[in-house]
Amino acid sequence: MTNESLKKTPLTDVHRELGAKMVPFAGYDMPVLYSSTMEEHMAVRESVGLFDVSHMGEFFVTGPDAEAYLQKITCNDVSKLSDGQVHYSAMLYPAGTPVDDLLVYRFHREKYMLCVNAANRAKDLAWAQKHVTGNVDVQDRSDEYTQIAIQGRNARATLQPLTEVKLEDINYYWFVEGKVDGVPAILSRTGYTGEDGFEIYFRPDPAPRIWKKLMESGARFDVKPCGLAARNTLRLEAKMALYGNDIDQTTNILEAGLSWICKLKKGDFIGRDALLKIKEEGLARKLVGFEVTGRGIAREHYPVYVDGRQVSDVTSGTYSPYLKKNIGLCYLPVASTEVGTSFQIEIRGKMVDAVVVETPFYKRDV
Amino acid sequence: MYSDDFLYTKDHEWVRVEDGEATLGITHYAQEELGDIVFVELPEVGTTVDAGDTLGSVESVKAVSDIYAPVGGEVIEVNEILEDKPEMMNEDPHGDGWIAKIRLSDKSDLDKLFSADDYEAYIKEEKEK
Repeated sequence: MTNESLKKTPLTDVHRELGAKMVPFAGYDMPVLYSSTMEEHMAVRESVGLFDVSHMGEFFVTGPDAEAYLQKITCNDVSKLSDGQVHYSAMLYPAGTPVDDLLVYRFHREKYMLCVNAANRAKDLAWAQKHVTGNVDVQDRSDEYTQIAIQGRNARATLQPLTEVKLEDINYYWFVEGKVDGVPAILSRTGYTGEDGFEIYFRPDPAPRIWKKLMESGARFDVKPCGLAARNTLRLEAKMALYGNDIDQTTNILEAGLSWICKLKKGDFIGRDALLKIKEEGLARKLVGFEVTGRGIAREHYPVYVDGRQVSDVTSGTYSPYLKKNIGLCYLPVASTEVGTSFQIEIRGKMVDAVVVETPFYKRDV
Repeated sequence: MYSDDFLYTKDHEWVRVEDGEATLGITHYAQEELGDIVFVELPEVGTTVDAGDTLGSVESVKAVSDIYAPVGGEVIEVNEILEDKPEMMNEDPHGDGWIAKIRLSDKSDLDKLFSADDYEAYIKEEKEK
């Protein structure tokens, strides 16, 4: 089943040894699950899980005008970042719809890193380079980095024995540069699961060794290697958007519920004019979380009906391993987005009831 | 793994025939491919089906898969326990995870099914695809 044209991550062979089921994802040969998505999901919710997310892209933005440039091409307010701080943001088209959603890391005022979606890497780089102004250099250095996510309440205790960095001193959405098992690394307290955890970035060659050491260190917590399927169910329970499903070039960032990363008052940026207009005119639709109250799992692309009329499709949908309910996301006309509003989803030819619920579906106790 | 007492389909179902009644379920290979099964839609008792008709569906966290009637006849019993415990199809696919029983209307339907040896050869090919 090996597809020779797929790119390997530094950990692909390790996944195969672990017996992972591999799938092509964004051009990479990636593990979708090792044994059971439910077990992997619950390991992260209850203890700790490890993810190979080396497919994610890392761009470095450097130069005296880096901040001004990022203020222009991303919608969150980069001037609010301190050295060592991270925020969630997006690059927008002039229409206010995302080129991609991403994380912005500030090392210092002339050096930033962007962590972008693997599937969007080429498009993002072209966009970012096309809009360079002033003294700024944008480099795609994705191939120089392995990224491992350690997620769950025992993530810190799993990672701590491998580093001298005092992990408890890193706040959520902050990072430090240190060493992991002697290897220079970026240690970031971030994640895509709704749990506490870390994402570590380092050069590829020691990746198999560090992965194995993390597995050994996490053994006392029953750490599980987790695949893309668990990553998806975890992020969906936490209502974190997935580019290509919940957001894309056709959805504006406000209707996607991401106005909190859109700082319209920070000054001009690409997409701002369109968003101001959308805000003034009012949103036509909004992304909502739903629970299927009838029987069946509403999966992506299933048609969504309000009062007998199709209004959209499910953007993400799954069985929720933690809540043991069938949940999902879809866009609904604004008048139908109140929590408690009933609507229908066509599940394989049958109309099934669903209801708008509060999101995130899952929120960890802090 | 694949008992000689059962017959199998290309859609990865098994059938065991006793006194003109065919008990059916999904194979070990099918449950492994699907992963954690979280939902099953069972046929209604009393429904008459032809071989190849959709009987219901099985959903895992990852995917949905139709269940096809391996033989034609009347559905005389369904395994209702699966509605509360769909995971039984992962745990014991060829036993307690059975799905339904059909009273065979035409025994010649059985001629089109795989023997255990044929089925094992078939899934070996599937795995190599």
